[in-house]
Amino acid sequence: MDLEILARIQFAFTIAFHYIYPPLSIGIGLIMVVMEGLYLKTGNKEYEVLTRFWLKIFAITFGIGVATGIIMEFEFGTNWAVYSKYVGDIFGSALAAEGLFAFGLESTFLGILLFGWNRVSPRVHFISTLGVFLGSMFSAVWIVVANSWQQTPAGYHIVGEGLSARAEVTDFWAMVFNPSSVDRIIHVWQGAFLAGAFLVLSVHAYYLYKGRYIVISKKAFKIALSVATIISLTQLLSGHSSADGVAVNQPAKLAAMEGHYEKSAPADLYLFGWVDNETQEVSGIGLPGGLSFLVHQNFDAPITGLNAFPEEDRPSQVNAVFQFYHIMISIGMFLIALTLYACYLWWKGKLFDKKWLLRIFIFSAILPQIANQVGWFAAEMGRQPWVVYGHLKTSEAFSQEVSANQILFSLILFLVVYAILFLLFLYSLNKKIKHGPYEEAKNPNEFLKYT
Amino acid sequence: METFLGIDYPTLWYLVVGLLFSGYAILEGFDYGAGAWHLFFRKDLSRRIAINAIGPLWDANQVWLIIGGGALFAGFPVMYATMLSAMYIPFMLFLMLLVLRSSAIKFRSSEEMPWWRKTWDIVYFMSNTLISFLLGVVLANILQGFEIDEGFTYKGGVFLVFLSPYAIMTGFTTLSLFMTQGAIFLLLKTEGRLHARLTFLLKKGMIFFILSFAITSFYTLIYIPGVTDKFKEQPLFFILPILAFLAVANVPRLVSKKKYFQALVFSSLTMAFLLMLVAFQLYPVLLPSTIDPNHSVTIYNAASSQKSLGIMLTMVVIGAPILVGYLLFLYKTFNGKVILDDTSY
Repeated sequence: MDLEILARIQFAFTIAFHYIYPPLSIGIGLIMVVMEGLYLKTGNKEYEVLTRFWLKIFAITFGIGVATGIIMEFEFGTNWAVYSKYVGDIFGSALAAEGLFAFGLESTFLGILLFGWNRVSPRVHFISTLGVFLGSMFSAVWIVVANSWQQTPAGYHIVGEGLSARAEVTDFWAMVFNPSSVDRIIHVWQGAFLAGAFLVLSVHAYYLYKGRYIVISKKAFKIALSVATIISLTQLLSGHSSADGVAVNQPAKLAAMEGHYEKSAPADLYLFGWVDNETQEVSGIGLPGGLSFLVHQNFDAPITGLNAFPEEDRPSQVNAVFQFYHIMISIGMFLIALTLYACYLWWKGKLFDKKWLLRIFIFSAILPQIANQVGWFAAEMGRQPWVVYGHLKTSEAFSQEVSANQILFSLILFLVVYAILFLLFLYSLNKKIKHGPYEEAKNPNEFLKYT
Repeated sequence: METFLGIDYPTLWYLVVGLLFSGYAILEGFDYGAGAWHLFFRKDLSRRIAINAIGPLWDANQVWLIIGGGALFAGFPVMYATMLSAMYIPFMLFLMLLVLRSSAIKFRSSEEMPWWRKTWDIVYFMSNTLISFLLGVVLANILQGFEIDEGFTYKGGVFLVFLSPYAIMTGFTTLSLFMTQGAIFLLLKTEGRLHARLTFLLKKGMIFFILSFAITSFYTLIYIPGVTDKFKEQPLFFILPILAFLAVANVPRLVSKKKYFQALVFSSLTMAFLLMLVAFQLYPVLLPSTIDPNHSVTIYNAASSQKSLGIMLTMVVIGAPILVGYLLFLYKTFNGKVILDDTSY
């Protein structure tokens, strides 16, 4: 098989698998900070029980996140040698900052968070929880900065030519605050919060559905629902702002997201559809001129289409970008509707009365995960054929000296090891949920004895 | 070229990278080393205690690998890219073993079934042993050099070329060094019968270490070209091998006096001196080219821009003390013998 394709498959597979876990850790981290903060403030043991329970699940997601993340750090060098040499000057400083200022914080305090209950005071333990949570947020910042620089390079100049060409930093802060990084960091954080909040909602909806751990589950559900509602609503804002940025900085990507081909014409906004790259037409239901309205507040404003770019400089998988983007939006809208409806019931005092709603919440944990994945696929495939937008093509960036057999060897290893890891993750998640926060007694208030 | 205290930026960054990898070798050295003894402990409880001895610490120790890798990528992108793509198979194995190792730590004691625990025990033992071995192999390959052409692209063989006899010998040396380090660390963290068993094992371990250390040293002197030239140019640095030798000799002495903490300090110093020796030997080369010395990757032709190095050196000056502070706090919190509780692995 083609070297480039193999290298891309391996990278896509390892990064997609990795991306299941860090968002969960960040999201659960936020909920844990709230829970343990409430425990510290009120002294109510119920919050301690909840914190300890979610800490067990956090430990697994964090562990797998770190293990699969180390692989990403070295995979740039093994499989993308040309790219690494090209961006090292820029990408490297972001990665170094990530290690020094974020990863060090989270990994060191993790030990105290997991094993320090009996060795430090509740206050120091809470500070450790906060440290791990903030560390994971900072990690996201630096990683997204590095990726955003690939989307919208800034604060650099190109030195050298041909194979020895590379980007060098001219302005560090302009590189960090490149045109897309702030929008994307917020968008990624919010996606992570939703992943965590919906897992918490799902697990406690399951307990409520089964009539277990009712008292604490109601508390946890309300905490997570508050987070989920605020974030899913504000996610819409950061998403819109992000898309506005794409319209200015990466017009080919925006055009691919809505399947808009014409060089300069008003563009439609689709609810769903199917793009035919041959006929350059989209069949589906949409709002005519809708994209023009979103970008320019005018239904007749022209939007740059794919045909404005030479074929070799624009994404070829238009339908895939379109579908991934629309799945993300649909899920986002559904989560808004779901959380708002639940809040309405909460206000009416009937939040836990409807079994069907609990059922939806049980299954909804998967939705932010899907949205996070397809969102990244849309962002990365929409940038193609570039790995560094406008400067370096993906087809020129991989390690030429690595053979197809070597990649096949490592790809198969990854498939096997990650399959085992994923099964272990599901198994232990399931076991921890089934086991529950404490040994259950007949009286739901009895648990205090066990803490 | 910009300098600080009369030292140019690439050299400073070379020192930073060296410091980070020394930290990694010392700290993960006892983690991996402890794991490489795993199957030598017979009882399930002993194995659990051994894992929990590193339980709260290993994530923090691993940070040094992450930052070291990042520092290499950031400061010497050419070295990072060339080395990783040239040593594709060993690095992929290394990464996969790291994943298996962390899974073993997390999942080993989560079930009661003997087959479950035994399987993870084997995975844990094998991954720690092979990781320690592979790190030595990588080091040996760097000393021996690669077939690198004028574009800093690797032109050599792809699958098993990395396993030369010298590399295998060096692999055994790092393994034995880590095992010594690991056993001393476990002696500090355990008591009772496991402690007694470790005392017995460490004696065998040190014989293994001194044998492989001696063989590898002679091998290096004979087979690595120009190994003594550097000392003729700068005789002052002859202090390094002497210090390394003294540190090595001091370890068995302190162990026999049961001064385990000092023994750990000296076995850590051994690693530090040996790595300094390697660094001195290579400088300013990072990856020697066996095709033509002019194609070697050096700290100058592999370095990031002055501007970028300057930014990162500032980051290190700010970040490193904070990081060391975190680490000291963590080690202070978990000082003393292992106590198993309901949060343990």
